[in-house]
Amino acid sequence: MSEITAEQVAHLANLARIDLSSAEIDRLTIELGQIVDSVAKVAEVATPDVPATSHPMPLTNVFRDDVVVPSLSVEQALSGAPDRAGDKFRVPAILDEE
Amino acid sequence: MAAKAELMDYDKALELFEPVLGFEVHVELNTKTKMFCGCANEFGSGANTNTCPTCLGLPGGLPQVNRQAIESSIRLGLALGCEIAETSRFARKNYFYPDTAKNFQTSQYDEPIAFNGQLTIELESGRQVTVDIERAHMEDDAGKLTHMGGAAGRIQGADYSLVDYNRGGVPLVEIVTQMIEGAEADAPEIGKTYVAAIREIVKALGVSNARMEEGNVRCDANVSLRPRGSNILGTRTETKNVNSLRSVERAVRYEIQRQAALLTAGGTITQETRHWHEDTGVTSAGRPKSDADDYRYFPEPDLVPVAPSRAWVEELRATLPEPPAARRKRLQADWGFVNLEFQDVVNSDLLDVLEATIAAGAPAQAARKWWTGEIARLANATGVSADSLVTPVQVAALIELITDGTLTDRLARQVLEGVIAGEGTPSEVVASRGLAVVSDDGALIAAIDQALASQPDVLAKIRDGKVQAAGAVIGAVMKAMRGQADAARVRELVLERAGTAPAESAE
Amino acid sequence: MTNLINQTASALAGLLADGTVSSVDVTRAHLDHIDAVEPDVHAFLHVASDAALATAARVDARRAAGEKLGPLAGVPIAIKDVLATLDMPSTAGSKILEGWIPPYDATVVKRIRDADLIPLGKTNMDEFAMGSSTEHSAYGPTHNPWDLDRIPGGSGGGSAAAVAAFEAPLALGSDTGGSIRQPAAVTGSVGVKPTYGGVSRYGAIALASSLDQVGPVTRTVLDAALLHDVIGGHDPLDSTSLTDVWPSMTAAAQAGLKDGALKGVRVGVIKELNGAGFQPGVKQRFEETLALLTAAGAIVSEVSAPNFEYAVSAYYLILPAEASSNLARFDSVRFGIRVNPDDGPLTSERVMAATRDAGFGDEVKRRIILGTYALSAGYYDAYYGSAQKVRTLIQRDFAAAFDQVDLLVSPTAPTTAFKFGEKLADPMAMYLNDITTIPANLAGIPGMSLPMGLAPEDGLPVGLQVMAPARADARLYTFGAAVEQLLEAHWGHTLLSQAPALAHTEMFATEGGAV
Ligand SMILES: [Mg+2]
Ligand SMILES: [Zn+2]
Repeated sequence: MSEITAEQVAHLANLARIDLSSAEIDRLTIELGQIVDSVAKVAEVATPDVPATSHPMPLTNVFRDDVVVPSLSVEQALSGAPDRAGDKFRVPAILDEE
Repeated sequence: MAAKAELMDYDKALELFEPVLGFEVHVELNTKTKMFCGCANEFGSGANTNTCPTCLGLPGGLPQVNRQAIESSIRLGLALGCEIAETSRFARKNYFYPDTAKNFQTSQYDEPIAFNGQLTIELESGRQVTVDIERAHMEDDAGKLTHMGGAAGRIQGADYSLVDYNRGGVPLVEIVTQMIEGAEADAPEIGKTYVAAIREIVKALGVSNARMEEGNVRCDANVSLRPRGSNILGTRTETKNVNSLRSVERAVRYEIQRQAALLTAGGTITQETRHWHEDTGVTSAGRPKSDADDYRYFPEPDLVPVAPSRAWVEELRATLPEPPAARRKRLQADWGFVNLEFQDVVNSDLLDVLEATIAAGAPAQAARKWWTGEIARLANATGVSADSLVTPVQVAALIELITDGTLTDRLARQVLEGVIAGEGTPSEVVASRGLAVVSDDGALIAAIDQALASQPDVLAKIRDGKVQAAGAVIGAVMKAMRGQADAARVRELVLERAGTAPAESAE
Repeated sequence: MTNLINQTASALAGLLADGTVSSVDVTRAHLDHIDAVEPDVHAFLHVASDAALATAARVDARRAAGEKLGPLAGVPIAIKDVLATLDMPSTAGSKILEGWIPPYDATVVKRIRDADLIPLGKTNMDEFAMGSSTEHSAYGPTHNPWDLDRIPGGSGGGSAAAVAAFEAPLALGSDTGGSIRQPAAVTGSVGVKPTYGGVSRYGAIALASSLDQVGPVTRTVLDAALLHDVIGGHDPLDSTSLTDVWPSMTAAAQAGLKDGALKGVRVGVIKELNGAGFQPGVKQRFEETLALLTAAGAIVSEVSAPNFEYAVSAYYLILPAEASSNLARFDSVRFGIRVNPDDGPLTSERVMAATRDAGFGDEVKRRIILGTYALSAGYYDAYYGSAQKVRTLIQRDFAAAFDQVDLLVSPTAPTTAFKFGEKLADPMAMYLNDITTIPANLAGIPGMSLPMGLAPEDGLPVGLQVMAPARADARLYTFGAAVEQLLEAHWGHTLLSQAPALAHTEMFATEGGAV
């Protein structure tokens, strides 16, 4: 059985930047536990000799030439902004993180 | 404003602790377009003018890798003595921050393009230090935040912030060193010299504009202290965005002194990022390292692996310039400059123009004299760089006119002014301003004979073999000719008229 | 006069080309029908009536001026709301994008505009394409035209329902784990998920980048081929786009209509997708179809794909992992809604978290949390890493199967359309419903669903899924067109002609709305 705890879900929600209510966390703790129990079976056949596939079609070296293409206009770029000041996006105060 | 922490005397700190260093240098590539989209990679455009669905992280936007950025990264890796990966992949580094449009950075994780390199630097003392490079990986830059309200644009206490995504998606190469041990008291200088060496290499490769003041080269400095006699590494701090060579040196020194004081007082070092404050010369605590650093890296599914063929890598290796340190050694020897002369050229950032001037035919010393002398003086006076005033070819042509006797030094300075003023090539300026020395020997001989006649004692001395006495006559002749005469030719003629065989032309 | 809304796209194209009807007539007929049935079906999130009629008039004028136009010029089309459109909101069925009008067109949208199709509007979907029922749309569910109390499948329930309810002859869909094929199956329409990389993803709001693929949703195989030819082909803006020179899918479909097209075709029945858990009527129609295929000269055999057992698990690790990262950009900074927290300081971090809490629905949050977990330090190898290995094993199963047969078949979905709310309470039950369609996405191969009858027990459509090796999309169209012809000949009519008339349709007809 899975060992997903409410603290873990709260931590994941923080990593995922979703302000979950405690009711949501409780519900997700149960659901996540059930889902994880079910999907964990992938480990049964994922033996070390099996290579991982990250892309369904095995392409390599897909490049673009270093040639400028027209950008959006500033108005287009900012057209969906919830808030702006001049030609910049405006965001609430940032905690001192980095 | 960050307060200055308790600091220990530097020598005392070194007596008690051994500093261990590590550097992460971010180099912004000077490609025409961004890493993953065709928006222009240019500094100083209007806010958000160089943006598209991809670099703005709009729903549905997808990345496309810039071939030139890959080539530049491989060349940089090679120049750092790295191996180039047979297959390399982009990965997503997931974290939320408003300057990161996709809320993940497209970087490289377990499969960087270049790894296992070495860079040997030379300190002023002549000590050589080899820095092991762990990896050089590609990633995209974040946008630019401006913090509004609160104190002086600082993030702390700001009311809100503004985002410009023009820089978002600009290609970066992050160069990560292995732990540098045995730095001892040279630690700050090693930091400065290492970053300077990276800067010099990327400039020589032409892969970056390498302007630290514009953030083209940015350094994060990791510092930890190990108590003498212990083999346990201390906790390290990571001082972010130290963006001048002098700051790298100061920040490393500051952290050594700060950590030493703290440790000696029985405190502990917190593993954290720290901010460097250029104005006050101190570092301040940033975010502590924590669980929140779970970046959930995974291979970028929107991009396919980069698998540079060995042939391509060798092709790129063939384009590498001579390593800057080796080049400096060679040039100094070729030119026969003493250390001070050569250092003067290097410090004035005139190595390239000097080389070009010499290649255009000028003697090394003359080229040095003009560039570090008159041209540098004029550049200083107008606050521009010397190489923006005149071209190496123009300087070589000017020197040629002096060597062939067309110009005196004094006249050459006037010609230089004309060239800078845009009046044409040195020859054209000579012609248009009528600045050529008088080369009609008839007029010269008359002046010389007159001078010799009026100074019979000098004539006697010359005839006695005291050649240096000719100076007085030469001076009088030059005065009479109002400077429009070639001093060397005058000297030649004076000795000839005095009946002495002309000496081997001295300089 | 001809009933314009019941025509296939290829038939409409013929009527438009020979001047029998105008694009304005065709477009208006569809818009009128949309007005009539939308209160019941709710297939659309946005209908662009004025723009559609204006575009149609321009196409008519150009045709009148003698300009040579593409085969589908003037034919209306519905666009799944997952695709960015310059002139219409693009919400992906999510509250967080309410009202967002992108400053650009998705490549496939650009291509249908360049081919002079007439965009009618944007179709409903499960939020961010997460779901199999369209019940997870933030804007209310779409109703299955066959039974308004039932789901139209998902995530592209809107596109499938629009086509099945004759609101549009063509639609665009996207398929990450069956979102084109499963809705096609439960609405009696045709849907194709092309080879991964066959159609550009640029401008398709990403769910899981390594699984998503845009494709056609139509009423006939030939119509799907016509649309595939418009949207397919290399796009440098999508780095996973294949550079192949593709054969004409239209020609491939037409080849399937010729006599003997099924003769000697080796058809594999996947043992693991034909067992327990399949509704009896679904199994029955599948067996009958296999018998018809055999009678028509196809060689039907059974093949095994032992690792398919792990497909759903692998899928529900890979998808949430990629989705958790793809959906990080919904942060209230550059687009979309912004929601402030109820109390406490207004910091960027808290506003982002409040916005994402308010803007995302339960299923989206569930998968983001699951994906965040799967990628977390300490769990990556056990979950995401293992899932990618399963992906390799599934590709190997397909490779082994395609060594023996030309095409693989299975029922598209284990059951017919279920009732609203039936599986909402049990996410895992909902996920298991995708068992049949998921393997193709994991392997990147093309898949198609076409109607193979009505389940006797409930009279609802049952879909046949056909899969071909990667890049062999044309083979699907040839086979699909042949099977469709075979089945319709057997029934004596098309499947959709059996759909119950929608109440509003009748009302509309009595008003004399025929054009
Ligand atoms: Mg980095
Ligand atoms: Zn861009």
